[in-house]
Amino acid sequence: MAVRAEQAGRSTRAARRRLSAAFWRRPWLRGLTQLGPPAGIFLAVYIAAIAVLFVSAFWTLDPLSGEIVHDWGFQNFKTLWEEHVYWRIAGRTIGIAAAVTVTDIILAFPFAYFMARLASPRLRTVLFVLVLLPLWSSYLARIYAWRLILSSDGALNWGLGGLGLPHQHIAYTNWAMWIVFSYIWLPFMILPVYAALERIPDSVIEASRDLGARNRTTFRRVILPLALPGVVAGSIFTFSLTLGDYITPILVGNTQFIGNVVYRNVLGLSYDLPFAAAYAMVPLAVMGIYLILARRAGAFEAL
Amino acid sequence: MEGRLGRGALTLWAVGVVLFLWLPLGIILVYAFNTSNIQSWPIPGVTLRWFRVAWNDPDARDALLLSLKAAFAATAIALALGTMAAVAISRFQFFGREIFSFLLILPLALPGVITGIALSSFFTFGGVNFSLWTIVVGHATFCVVIVYNNVLARLRRTSPSLIEASMDLGADGWQTFRFVTFPVLSTALISGALLAFALSFDEVIVTLFTAGAQNTLPIWILGKIRLGQQLPEVNAVVFVVVVLTIIPVVISQRLTQESGILRRE
Amino acid sequence: MTKQYRRALGWSAMALVVGALAFVAAGCGGGGGSNASETTTEGPSLPTSIGKGEGKLSLVAWEGYTQPEWVKPFEKATGCKVTSKYAGSSDEMVTLMRQGGSQYDMVSASGDASVRLIKGGDVQAMNPKLIPDFPNFIDALKSPSHNTIDGVHYGISLQWGPNTLLYNTQKVKPAPTSWSTLYNSKYKGQITIPDNPIQIADAALYLSKTKPDLGITDPYELNQKQFDAAVNLLKQQRPLLKKHWSLASDEIDLFKNGDATLGASWPYQTNTLAADKVPVKDLIPKEGATGWADTWMLSSKSKHPNCAYLWTKWVSTPKVQAQQAIYFGETPANTKACAIMDQLSAGSCKQYHADAPASYFDSIKFWKTPLADCGNGKTDCMDYNQWQQAWTEIKG
Repeated sequence: MAVRAEQAGRSTRAARRRLSAAFWRRPWLRGLTQLGPPAGIFLAVYIAAIAVLFVSAFWTLDPLSGEIVHDWGFQNFKTLWEEHVYWRIAGRTIGIAAAVTVTDIILAFPFAYFMARLASPRLRTVLFVLVLLPLWSSYLARIYAWRLILSSDGALNWGLGGLGLPHQHIAYTNWAMWIVFSYIWLPFMILPVYAALERIPDSVIEASRDLGARNRTTFRRVILPLALPGVVAGSIFTFSLTLGDYITPILVGNTQFIGNVVYRNVLGLSYDLPFAAAYAMVPLAVMGIYLILARRAGAFEAL
Repeated sequence: MEGRLGRGALTLWAVGVVLFLWLPLGIILVYAFNTSNIQSWPIPGVTLRWFRVAWNDPDARDALLLSLKAAFAATAIALALGTMAAVAISRFQFFGREIFSFLLILPLALPGVITGIALSSFFTFGGVNFSLWTIVVGHATFCVVIVYNNVLARLRRTSPSLIEASMDLGADGWQTFRFVTFPVLSTALISGALLAFALSFDEVIVTLFTAGAQNTLPIWILGKIRLGQQLPEVNAVVFVVVVLTIIPVVISQRLTQESGILRRE
Repeated sequence: MTKQYRRALGWSAMALVVGALAFVAAGCGGGGGSNASETTTEGPSLPTSIGKGEGKLSLVAWEGYTQPEWVKPFEKATGCKVTSKYAGSSDEMVTLMRQGGSQYDMVSASGDASVRLIKGGDVQAMNPKLIPDFPNFIDALKSPSHNTIDGVHYGISLQWGPNTLLYNTQKVKPAPTSWSTLYNSKYKGQITIPDNPIQIADAALYLSKTKPDLGITDPYELNQKQFDAAVNLLKQQRPLLKKHWSLASDEIDLFKNGDATLGASWPYQTNTLAADKVPVKDLIPKEGATGWADTWMLSSKSKHPNCAYLWTKWVSTPKVQAQQAIYFGETPANTKACAIMDQLSAGSCKQYHADAPASYFDSIKFWKTPLADCGNGKTDCMDYNQWQQAWTEIKG
């Protein structure tokens, strides 16, 4: 009985070996079975959805019945091109996204540098947790916190009043949105920059010093270029997340973003999906170009 | 390397950033104890009432449950598909590899509103009813990418010679995976899973498009902000969520610190 | 194969695959799009009695319409568990019902949403005979044109109310009497109005009294000249606004925090702010007001029609009508609610015009969907699509 069991075990093991050997000799087969399911599912759902979205940008909505008419044409793009308001909205969105990205880089870089190179390992853990925890707490609640802080009788004016400074009415302005976006996405910038800085080996710094470079030169010529992929990776997040956001403009702003026009045309104002899809092509194109440039800068390794 | 002045300035900066990150959060946490419905500053008094209200609110409990279910499902899918994709990309040169790895970045890199409207119209066209599963699909798109990134980064840091050594010693594919690859990956998997879980749990931009009549916790919070009547209840819920997530975050950080087999030199 | 060649081949292959997928998906979704517009269902399929409740009911409602005060007793009595999805505007409600499939059973649609829903085939006819309180409704709301077409009822009227002018009594002096206060640069940065294209009608209403030579008779039927005048007025007002409110709580927050002191509002906000001791008051200015008349409509794809009828029956009873009217600050359709309103809150019947004569009702310009058909033989009026586009421009 035991012998037969052992024989059975040995034969399954042998079969397994033959299978894995077959896979080893045919890497493409292994690639296929390992990549097949995720590729298939991913392609079928995500890419197809985006492809359908792209296609529907060329359709129109029949105003009377609310049906989507499969009339191929550029009507939606024509409307977007001609109406100034959509240019203004797109410009505003991209402008604030850029401002937020720059702000976050300025805020995050020294902090990440401190974390990576100056902090002790234990302090590093603490700082890491301190950066990660706000990321975990509710995104909505944090935006709402800023609304409370910036309102006329909120914490900001309370503090300013205490210092004898005049009250500010920042609530619901573009400044408010800039502040809130910079705040919300800051951890997304800190983490990749930190990862990139941490990866710089000490030996490289020492080598640079051995070659006679002073601190500033080392920083400019060695550290900065090595950290750049991390910065670009972080900027992908801050830029893209601001570009598509529609909740923050609703809660703390008073102007429309691209995301708001899209949202209103799908879930709010009307179900004018073709128009929303057409406008959604703008952030899609912008991010597409950004990603291609980022890839050149090596950001994908640092993601 | 940095002078003492530089070090002092950097420390100050770090403290400033930490304060910047935590002050609004702290304020929301303080508001959880607000006696009054009016959210002015400073708060008039403290009370624990809102925690009790939140606990007794069936809508809040349902929303929390749905969020947990969606996050678990999305994370499970992400672990499976993300690991497979990462292992395949890192090991093999195959036709279209670069394109595929580029495409895999898209769910994270593209604005959520695009994912949302694409999936929403896709489901509507396909006649799929919006349910927990449409929510899970929406979340899985970026959760897969997160796990994929984490595992890929770990695999890149691991020397392939380990696999070969294991094979040389007589292990077959499955044994190699079980005894060599998996332990190497385990911490990356766990931290990737935790991160994916967190993002799925808190996601609202895509979820608004892919949910039907269901409320995840963020959608519930948005609804409560809309009602504007019992906002401290929201703050109480947030307080609990923040406190409870300290543990997984610390665990995740500990795990990623014990990095792969080969450290940087 | 060289690397570049392989890469180019890879990208073109991917493009081909994506393109193919797109066409396949587009082709499959061809018939889909939004819900096919069926012709409206009629008489013979109407139920003659309310069956047993199905245990669930999913509602699309205005905030404040499904308070536990009257929902909990309903759930207890009928076993129908109620879930509500709140919407902030008629447009949202229409979109939710169109897109929602069979997810939502009923919607509390205002007059500017109801006709769109009927024409789109998203709601089905209801039998008013199953609602015992229906004969007690005021005449104007038994078969109004916004929910009854050719004698077929596509829903049961619920309540109605005006759009009011809300102001902070301590910060706005003297007390306003006219809508002109909202267009006055004296209050720059303190004004809020709803984020809703139908606001153009409020501007038109104001212009109909202040610029009579424009000849505006119906603020929802505007020709190009009248429309442009209203849009211009709103564009001039834009820099004076603190924020557009899209959610009732937005306006409540704005007033609570002192960010806004003047606004176009609903009585719901006034009640809520007063309950929190914020010094506000509202009024209907001398130029008159727009308003809304809400109808509970039954989705054409509803899976729980019995619970829906039970709900409609419940909210039409005098007690619930009174409770909702006082909570929200609106006027019940059921004439018998007046007495109960005064029991619950003395003087509320008069305060919310529940006992007002029909002439008061007629003075309110209720929301309705702007159509190209001007109703007086001409068809050059602006339709709602154009209102929506103009609104995006006004908001900037």
